[in-house]
Amino acid sequence: MMVGGADLSGGGAERFKALALPHLDDIYTLARYLMRSASDADDAVQECYLRAFRHFDTFRGGPIKPWLFAILRNVCHAAYAGNARLVFKAEEEAQAKPVWGEDGDTPEQAMLRRQDSEAMRRLIGELPAEFREVIVLREINDLSYRDIATVIEAPIGTVMSRLARARGMLREAWIAAEGGGVAP
Amino acid sequence: MNCDEASVLMHALIDGELDAGHAREVEAHIAGCPDCAARLREFQDLRKLMTPANLRYAAPASLRARIEGKLPAPVADATSRRSVIKGFAFGAGASALAASGLLLMVMRGDEQKRILEEVVSAHLRSLQAQHLIDVQSSDQHTVKPWFNGRLDAAPPVADLTAQGFTLLGGRLDYVDAKPVAAIVYRRRMHIINLFCAPAPGSGHLGAVMESLHGFNVRRWSENGIDLWAVSDINADELTEFGEKFEVALKQ
Repeated sequence: MMVGGADLSGGGAERFKALALPHLDDIYTLARYLMRSASDADDAVQECYLRAFRHFDTFRGGPIKPWLFAILRNVCHAAYAGNARLVFKAEEEAQAKPVWGEDGDTPEQAMLRRQDSEAMRRLIGELPAEFREVIVLREINDLSYRDIATVIEAPIGTVMSRLARARGMLREAWIAAEGGGVAP
Repeated sequence: MNCDEASVLMHALIDGELDAGHAREVEAHIAGCPDCAARLREFQDLRKLMTPANLRYAAPASLRARIEGKLPAPVADATSRRSVIKGFAFGAGASALAASGLLLMVMRGDEQKRILEEVVSAHLRSLQAQHLIDVQSSDQHTVKPWFNGRLDAAPPVADLTAQGFTLLGGRLDYVDAKPVAAIVYRRRMHIINLFCAPAPGSGHLGAVMESLHGFNVRRWSENGIDLWAVSDINADELTEFGEKFEVALKQ
């Protein structure tokens, strides 16, 4: 079966899987920062992949990652339509997969590293959504300004100024957390 | 260039997004402005705290499976379809033969499935922050005695660091409403929980590999102890873990 130039039978699915599935962790990471809970993130990522597959014929080549991020972002926004802004619950961090430092860390070093990372994840999660998404796309997913602009459908200048404000907020929050003894 | 402009453009500088001309302008401003220079240093320090490896999430194996399951599979060829049909025919015959013992099998199966689910839930719970480890040590001679007085029998603890499984520590957990020891190992970025429950009277029972919610579970019994190793590492590696553990205990 050919739909709009894309083969949506088994063969097309194989090509889609080969292109899109390797980015699952990246897509999932953004979903975890945008959605309220791990299970909401699961649902959003699944919807993103199914939607991407259905519209695979509109994918114009080039790197597929920004295209997938843009779809995920739309899915997440639709999930929260009606809500004033995306809410991130720090408790959900509890369900995060533990991320350990490099191999060779002693358990004690790994624990310290993990506490710092958890504090940082929480602070990123507490940023307003429009600042949170640019931080995650830039710092964690390593997208260029141009790709971020594609994902959030905004000019590159907006990407730059949001990133500047986001880092400013994050810096203040980190200092406040350290000073107030909130962060370990 | 004034400080307002520099305060935004320095981020593009940090990110390597400025062309050479603009980069020089920003650098010239920063060189002559202690405030902006201090701010740039702070943002560079902040970025050092944001190591992507520690801020990323890994998609659960169950999610990957769910997505793959919803995408069309490659078209099966006629041969494989025929063998599936043959399998069904054989299955029907086998079911009729087994009907007499069926009830017992179903009941035992339910009981095992329930415990399997509990073990996987306990593993998931343990991945919650601050919940993984009660006694944190890479030394088996610290981990094992910690369970004294907390459990009727001390669990087996083996140091498998040399075999590629780092001992992280131990924890008291509950499976089937009974306290059990959980010994925690790490393989690369993956956690393995080894649950040990005393099972008086159970002798040697060979390993069975099962899978639930995207986690692999290797279950076996040895010297009156039931063991379950649970992890999201693949079945081959979990088998390797179980075998190395068994060998280490015999030494």
